[in-house]
Amino acid sequence: MNSGDGASHLVGTVRVKRGLADMLRGGVIMDVVTPEQAKIAEDAGAVAVMALERVPADIRRDGGVARMSDPAMIEGIQAAVTIPVMAKARIGHFGEAQVLESLDVDYIDESEVLTPADEAHHIDKWAFTVPFVCGATNLGEALRRISEGACMIRSKGEAGTGNIVEAVRHLRSITGDIRKITQADAAELFDWAKQLQSPLGLVQEIAETGRLPVPLFCAGGIATPADASLVMQLGAEAVFVGSGIFKSEDPGPRAEAIVEATTHYRDPSVVAKVSRGLGSAMPGLEMEGLETKLAERGW
Amino acid sequence: MTASDSQPLIGVVALQGAAAEHVAAFRRAGARAVEVRVPADLDGVDAVALPGGESTTMSHLLRTSGLFDALSERLAGGMPAFGTCAGMILLAVDVLDGRPDQRCFGAIDISVRRNAFGRQVASFEAELTADGLDEPFKAVFIRAPWVERAGDSVEVLAEITPASNSSTDGVRSSVPVLCRSGPILVSSFHPELTADNRIHQIFIDMVGASMAR
Repeated sequence: MNSGDGASHLVGTVRVKRGLADMLRGGVIMDVVTPEQAKIAEDAGAVAVMALERVPADIRRDGGVARMSDPAMIEGIQAAVTIPVMAKARIGHFGEAQVLESLDVDYIDESEVLTPADEAHHIDKWAFTVPFVCGATNLGEALRRISEGACMIRSKGEAGTGNIVEAVRHLRSITGDIRKITQADAAELFDWAKQLQSPLGLVQEIAETGRLPVPLFCAGGIATPADASLVMQLGAEAVFVGSGIFKSEDPGPRAEAIVEATTHYRDPSVVAKVSRGLGSAMPGLEMEGLETKLAERGW
Repeated sequence: MTASDSQPLIGVVALQGAAAEHVAAFRRAGARAVEVRVPADLDGVDAVALPGGESTTMSHLLRTSGLFDALSERLAGGMPAFGTCAGMILLAVDVLDGRPDQRCFGAIDISVRRNAFGRQVASFEAELTADGLDEPFKAVFIRAPWVERAGDSVEVLAEITPASNSSTDGVRSSVPVLCRSGPILVSSFHPELTADNRIHQIFIDMVGASMAR
């Protein structure tokens, strides 16, 4: 037996970046704004927390420009929990992403929930050691983000609404097109690449494997255990819950119930059991009443 | 290779994490594998694998699903088990840098330090030389734990030198990352994330030997 040499460690490889996303599968990633909330999330069984200053429901209510969180606030959350800590950078704002990488966050979410910093370019994510997750409303958007180096995709949904309808639309769009591509012949894949405005190689890879090259998670509007079960059955591999937990009446038990429902999503009796007596969910919003649709940010 | 009924049936605990990759790796290596979420799923299972994921989450879900007690009973009865990363933490006697309420099975006499190599930016791949393998193994370490203490009964099959910026005391030249004791095999890294089945094969051979006894 002998030992690997510390100098020969390869960091920031695709396998290592996608690997952490693989480890989060079947789990719940929760938005938290304080170390206390982070502890509640970890106690409830969250696989990771997203550290941010305001949950999407408050960003939506307050308006104005939403930016990366204060590093001191992110560090406070890192100190409070042992699970991975993610943080958000604005779309295209590689300066914020560099700051977050220097803070050793475990994943960066290049997020439409914050105000975009660049109207044409997303961050070149290959340039970073830290992995990125990006939102997508359809398969073409997902593949463009993957071609830029994203190692996890989350369907966008409509953050801060507590309304699952957009998440379902985006998930069905992504998984539906994946199913169609697996049925396409070799010549049709060229047209798929053109229609999706995506690299042909990624389209061909999907035709072969029947899945995205990176894990597909779901975000935007999950408020109940049954919401989590629904999106998992529609093909999500894990869920992000933003405002849905800490804007509800009793966050701890609701967080725990969503964790249980995400694991046992195929068993309605478990979802029923954990849904009992949770108090009221976050107040929801109808799509027609929204002034800003966050999912339309990014391209 | 095709799996037949004579092959051992491995139950992969699928509460959270990379369970599907373990199922695929065992099947590639010729064993049968099923996912385990509730105690009834353990019926007919010859051995279990605990995958990578978040050990705090799995510990929580093991308790609420009733699997913790069911698995404890089987492990006490000598059922072989393979734990990778979070799975290694759960099989250990003792966890350092964990949560105070984190429960472990105590199936192998090791103390494990969580996230010992650092946060995600320090996650890495490295060529690993291991006892019983002729060629090096490409090992993937993700927010990985290491073995801080291995008891006398524990056979250390591979060690690695931490990078200089790891969360160590600075005097540690190498740490165990693949260990075996009786029917228990544990690794800090994720053999389920690479196409190389050799570590899974070591475990399948251990299960075969345990069944022959």
